[in-house]
Order: sequence, then C-alpha cells, then structure tokens
Amino acid sequence: MSATHGIGGDPEEALRLAREVVEAAESAGADEAEALVVAGESALTRFANSEIHQNVSSAEVYVNLRFVKGGRVGVANTGRMDAEGVRSLVERATAITAHVDELEAWPGLPGPEPFEPVTGAWSDGTAHATPELRAEGARAVIAAADEAGVTAYGSFSHEVEAYAVANSHGVGIAERRTNAQLLTVTMGPDKGTGYAEQCHVDATAIDAAAIGREAAQLARASANPVELVPGDYPVVLTSYAVVDVLDMLGYLGFTALAVQEERSFFEPGKRVASPLVSVADDSRDPAGLPVGFDAEGVPKRRLELLAEGVCRDLAYDVATAARAGVRSTGHGLPAPNPYGPFPTNMVMAAGDRSLDELIGGMERGLLVTRFWYTNPVHQKKVIITGMTRDGTFLVEGGRIVGPVRNLRFTESYLDVLAAVDAVSRERRCIKGFLGGSVVPAVRASSFTFTGVTADE
Amino acid sequence: MRDLTSRALDTASALGASYADVRVVRRLEETINIKSGRLEGVAGGESEGFGVRVLVNGAWGFAASHHLGTDEADRVAAEAVRIAKASATALRNAVTLDARPAATGRYETPVEEDPFAVPLDRKIADLMAADEALRHVEGIAWTETVFGAQREVKTFAASDGSYTEQVITHVGAGLEANAIDGDEHQRRSYPDNGGAWASAGYEFIRGLDLAGNAERVASEARELLTAPPLPSGTRTIVLHPSQLYMQVHESCGHPTELDRAFGTEASYAGTSFLMPDMLGSFRYGSELCDIVADATVPGGLGSFGWDDEGVEAQCVPLIKEGIFVGYLSSRETAPRIGRQSGGAMRADGWNRIPLIRMTNVNLLPRDGMRFEDIVADTDDGLLFETNRSWSIDDRRLNFQFGTEVCREIKGGKVGRLYRNATYTGITYELWRSMDAVGDASSWRMWGTPNCGKGEPGQAGHVGHGVSGARFRNVRVGVVA
Repeated sequence: MSATHGIGGDPEEALRLAREVVEAAESAGADEAEALVVAGESALTRFANSEIHQNVSSAEVYVNLRFVKGGRVGVANTGRMDAEGVRSLVERATAITAHVDELEAWPGLPGPEPFEPVTGAWSDGTAHATPELRAEGARAVIAAADEAGVTAYGSFSHEVEAYAVANSHGVGIAERRTNAQLLTVTMGPDKGTGYAEQCHVDATAIDAAAIGREAAQLARASANPVELVPGDYPVVLTSYAVVDVLDMLGYLGFTALAVQEERSFFEPGKRVASPLVSVADDSRDPAGLPVGFDAEGVPKRRLELLAEGVCRDLAYDVATAARAGVRSTGHGLPAPNPYGPFPTNMVMAAGDRSLDELIGGMERGLLVTRFWYTNPVHQKKVIITGMTRDGTFLVEGGRIVGPVRNLRFTESYLDVLAAVDAVSRERRCIKGFLGGSVVPAVRASSFTFTGVTADE
Repeated sequence: MRDLTSRALDTASALGASYADVRVVRRLEETINIKSGRLEGVAGGESEGFGVRVLVNGAWGFAASHHLGTDEADRVAAEAVRIAKASATALRNAVTLDARPAATGRYETPVEEDPFAVPLDRKIADLMAADEALRHVEGIAWTETVFGAQREVKTFAASDGSYTEQVITHVGAGLEANAIDGDEHQRRSYPDNGGAWASAGYEFIRGLDLAGNAERVASEARELLTAPPLPSGTRTIVLHPSQLYMQVHESCGHPTELDRAFGTEASYAGTSFLMPDMLGSFRYGSELCDIVADATVPGGLGSFGWDDEGVEAQCVPLIKEGIFVGYLSSRETAPRIGRQSGGAMRADGWNRIPLIRMTNVNLLPRDGMRFEDIVADTDDGLLFETNRSWSIDDRRLNFQFGTEVCREIKGGKVGRLYRNATYTGITYELWRSMDAVGDASSWRMWGTPNCGKGEPGQAGHVGHGVSGARFRNVRVGVVA
C-alpha cells in the first residue's frame, strides 16, 4: 500500500492543504478558522469458512472546516481536495455561519502549544503492506485452523494516515500514523468457538500464525458447551473483555462533558475501583497506537484517569475546558462534536500474575474470553448488559473444567473493577472505540450473570 | 460519468475480470444539534468517490478512491484486480452470481420539500422552538434536539450492461429531555431515541410536530425520576411500535441475513440460528407473525430502485404465518439455496463494498385489533415504550432490551409508571408467544440510521414497519 497518489501518508502535504483551507476561509471573511485534514489509504482482507471472501482498499481524504465569524460557528466537511472542493467547502461553512446565532460562550480556537513529535506512530512496514501480505496472513490463520480441525473467520487490515490541523491562531501541526490489526474467530464442529486479536503500528509485526493457533485452541477447548445456571460468579476476564470495560468507562464517565451534564460517575478523589486498578490515557505509550495531538490540534496530555482505583483526571477538549476554566487535555474529536472529548489511548497498569495464576486463584468461577454487544442499562452506575462470546469456561479448584454456553450479564462495570483482586502481567494492544488500548486480564471476585443463550 | 464508469469496467475486463461493477457516489449531509437552547453544532458534509468491484478467477477484489478521473479509474480497477488475484490464493469455492436482467433506469426518493433547500435558519428555528418547549418544564437538567439529512446521488454500472442512477434522500429529527437526581439519570425522547428517520423530505420533519410533543416528553422524564424500578417477574408485555421495531430489527432482521447464515459475518457481527435447512419448516413465531423485507414501501430507510448490485427493489417474505420462509440475500448467496437474489446488497458510500443489509423488515399488521384495543384487552400486563438499550447474542437468540418508559396495564387501563424497565428472552420463544398484532391504524415506518455491520465498519440505514403487539410469559425486570 504505497502512498503513490493524492496525499497518502504525507503529513506535510496534509498540513499544506489544511493551511490552504484556513487561508481560503479567512479570505471569505472568517475571524477564525480551523481545518482538520485526514488523508490516507486503508485496506482489509476478510476471510470466512477458511477462505478469503472480501478484499478491499480505499484512498480517502477528509477535510473538516470550522469557520468562525463574530462568535458564529459553522462546520463543513468534504471528501474532495481539489480547488473546487475547497471552494465549495468554504462556501458551505460560510453559509452556515450566516444563518446561526452567535454563541454565548465561544471559547475561541486554541493557540499553538509546545509539541514534541511522538515517536513510534509510523511504520514503513505498514506503509508498504500489500494485498499479498494480507493474503499470507489470512493463509497462516487458516493453516492453524486446519491443523486444529476448526474453521477460520477474520480480517487483516492496515491503514496509513496523514493527520494535520491548522488554524488562524498559528496552530500548524501534522504527523503520520499507521496501524494494523488481525483478528480471527474460529469455529469447531461441536459448537466450540475461539477468538484472538493483535494490533500493531507495524503490519509486518503481526504474528498471524500465533493468533491463528490461539483462537484455534480456544475453539477446540470450548467444544460442546454445557448450560450453567446464571448467577454471581468470580470471573477472570481476558484482555479482550477488559477493553470493553475501559471503553464503556471512557464513553460514560471519563469525559468532561458527561461530568458537566451530571451523567458521569466521575468525581475527583472518589474511589470507584480496587487499588489494583490504575488506568491512564497515554497516547505516547509505544505498546499502544501512538498519536501526538487531537482534532483541534492540541497536543495530547497524559491523564491519570484512575490512580489505584481513585478518580483523578478527566479528558477535556477546548469547549469543555473553557467551561471548567482549565486547559484542553488534547482529547477533542472533530467538530461539531455533541459527544464531547474522549480518552482514545487508554492504558491499564499491569499486575504481577500470569493468566494461569489468575485462573488458579479461583475456587469456582468463570473464565470469559470476551464480551459481545454490550450496551448501557444505567449510565451513571455504568450498568451494562451484554453476552459472553468465543470461549466461556467453568473453573473449579483453580483449573478449567469445561466450556459453558454463552451467558448474558447485567452488571455494573464499576462494581467489577471494585471487585478486582488480581491483574495479569501480560498486556495486549487492542483496538478500542476510537484508538488503541493496552490492557491486561483481570480477576474479579464477583460478576452477575442474568441469563443464558439457547441451544437451538 | 459514463467516461469514468466505462473506463473502470473496460480496464477491469482487460486485466482479467469476469465480472465488474462500479459505483460513483456523491453524498451530501447536514446535521443540526441543539443542546439546552444552545446551538451546539451545524455541519454540512460532502463526500464523493467511486468503488470498483471485480471477480477474477472466482474471487472478489474491491478498490475505491475519492479522486474522480479516468486515469484514477484505471489505477483503481487495476488495484481491484490485483486484490482479487491475492484473494484467489486463499479460495476454496469460486464465486458464482445469479442471472438477472441488466438493470437500467432512474429512481428518486419522492420528496415534497427538499430538506437541503429549506433555509437553515428555518430549520434551526423549528428545532429551537421544540427545544424551548422542552425547557418550559421545571426540573430538566438538559435537553437535546437534533436534525439530520442525507442525500446520495449514485450511479451504478456493471460489465453486463447495467446502468442505473438513483437519488436517495433521508431525513430525521427528534428531541430528548434529561432529568437527573443523584445517581438517577432518566431520558425521555420523541419520536424515538436518536430521532425518527424516513426516506422523505422536510415534510416528514414538519409532520413530527416536535414542539407539540416537547412538554409531555419533558414531564415524563421528570416523572421517571420518582417512579419505582420495574419489579422482576414473568409478565404479559405489550410492545409499543417505538420498541417493537427494534425487536424486529435485532431478532428477525439480522438473523435472516443470508451472509450471516453462511458465516461470512462470523468475525464481527456474528452468525444466525436460522439455517437454510430450516426454511419452510421452522416455527419462528405464532401464526400471527408475518414479516417481509420490502424495499418498495414508501418512506422506508430501506427503500430504493435497485440495490447496490443492480437488483430491482422487491418484497421478500421472511416469516409467513410464523414459519421461517426466506432470507435477505444477494446475487452470490441466493443461488446457494436455489433462489434468486432478493435485492438486499447495500453499501455505506463509495468506499465500501455492498453487503447483505436489511431493506425494510416489516411486521405486517393484522385486521381485528387496533393498538388501543390490544391494551384494552390486556388484564394484567406491562406496556414498554421507546427503546433505550439493546443487546442480543451473536447468533441472535438471547436478547435483552430496555425502554425509556414502562407502564402497568390493569384491567385494560394504563396505569403506574416504572423506570429502568427491561425484558429479556429467546427470540423464537418470544415470537411464538405473540397473541395480538395491531391493525393498520397504528402501522407506520420506523427506521434506524446506524445499523452496524461489516469490516471495515458500515452504518446502514434500514426501515421497519410495525403496529405494536402483545407477548405472553416474558421475563421482565432484570437487575444487576
């Protein structure tokens, strides 16, 4: 996937376009203007029934303009980068601004801040990844599945991106980013299923065969699941399940807008989780998918969201920071953004146990590979319902005794984190809602399962 | 446009494609968001590009670009062929497509009042009036009122001579009031959580009468704060259309997607418990249960002239008198069960391949009882209204839904209000327990503009026509 046309992964070219759009907006009468340019190429090979069935690539550009005149703000975006596209973009943003009222509390666009370029966000290996590389990865997963007598389903994807923000106050910031992901679901003949995933900045660092073997082993081990009576059980949640817990906390609680609208559990200094649970938002952690700044061009600051179980920092964008009288932490999303800021690079601190030790410490409980289709039932208490998927196992006397049918849970993720009594040493980089998260496995002393699926 | 489409198709054929199609899509979007009387955001979006899909040696390849030009058409077509050849290195069953006549013609969503032509200040004023009415009610923490419009101008051409042009317009709007007291946060929305959507013009928005419903909605949000939680139990439940459409979406729409039955969504959205060998014999629901996928119904988010592989819009029975009889299907999947495509291939823009998606999956009305008659006919039950949360397992069997409001029905009268109401069950057990379906008087199209599926992810606009229904012996009041 060499970036041979358009902007591809060239950040300077993206920044040039962003500045051109800002200048065009200023020429059209804007007091302030901000342009976000995201340009790149992405590709994905999808396999099912142990063969490739979908295989795609796309070259895209996204230009988002915030046009401000007399406290009136209009936003327009385009997928075009030619002169006519820019002209149309500015014209539409100008027209919107002419029709809207002045904002009572427009904080202004941000000014430039010191920025240390982030390292490790780019990989030539990903930039030059090919359909043949993806097919090779798919074949490696399929071979592992064949060897185990199961069937492979999954995808191998990668993208390169140039990301740039410029505004009228001198912000002019750009970087290039890459990421790759391989995931697979494996299914055996006796209703066993497994899952494994790897994310990395470098597509060539993905170990497809290892991912295939991990998922295939799970599918074999989870064959012929039996029904278990729902109820409260201790659990070990693998990283694939824990990432959902962090995502939901980020979505419902760690964002300043949720706090300002009084719909978040978050109160600085309040203990909400076990002392073993520390969660940061660290966009520079090389174990994740590094990024340097947000959609408003503000450098990302490291946040201690939960420090040993206690609420510490919140994610802010420019608007929520102005309301709170603080500085943006660099967690803004593209305007207009009714959802508020978001922690995109959550990193949970590692513990000191192996996964086997987590399992070995349960007298009777469940090992859960991952969650599926989770949705809030009660936002402020972070009560979530969802299903287990791709390998749920009964553990007795510290040993896995066999698979159980997928269970429904209705549980407060805060209560789960409060019940964490052990955390794994090993962590994985897993794609979350909006970025890459680095997460361990955890053991919790109680988890409420409220139903079981049918055996139809 | 024909220059570009012909060039892409010719290049693909010259490089070895046995079949190729190209879609050129221009998408316009507009959103308005008002929070607590503050204009939070107005945005206009424009996206344009084309995607080329090819079959080479029985394997698929797809490439897309935002840059419209004949040279780029050559490059993208060649890239699609290269990708297809890579696909062929891990292929066990060559793809074959069903036969269909070449598609030609033009389709346009019927629109009385172009939503993009209505002056922006008029639209903002309409929303502001509704938002202000919400805030007339004391005790509301914050309000939100939204509008959205999307128009796709789409040209489809294929190597079999097909050439169609479509202009599809969708609009939506809604409002919500949020009341908060300590840990309790209650939201009440109208007409639906996230707004009501249709394939129509601004006349649909005017017809919603947002302002006229605002005060009631805000009062209910406040009332919910002091309502008791729904007790756990097994009850008769009546699903208002504002909830029933989501039940149809999750527990009938998705499991009748034939690609899920064949496993090609297993790595993301999941599979289905409805397998082809169950066609014509599996009792999915009671005899009152007739469900169709109808891409021809006016106003539906799944209404069009042709799907994204050139198959004409049609009405496909999925469930007939409770028996599972059909799937949503494509030209590739339908022949595998001995059928022709049902015309359900839809793509989220120029840069995504078409997937089997819902069109308008509708529970047909039944003569005999109006929705009010069903409530009046219920001695002891619960009325669930307006979806708040949704979840279902990866084979579409075990579901759990929450609604914004739930009211007790005693002796046919609607009474006390419950908060944080949920119900749960197994898909076919619920549908088999359905003993009343509303008639046409309460039947209308609902829609969701954010149905997720596929890798890379695609958001689908799909419709559901429902009139309300009653179900027996359903578990309610699931608590953590």
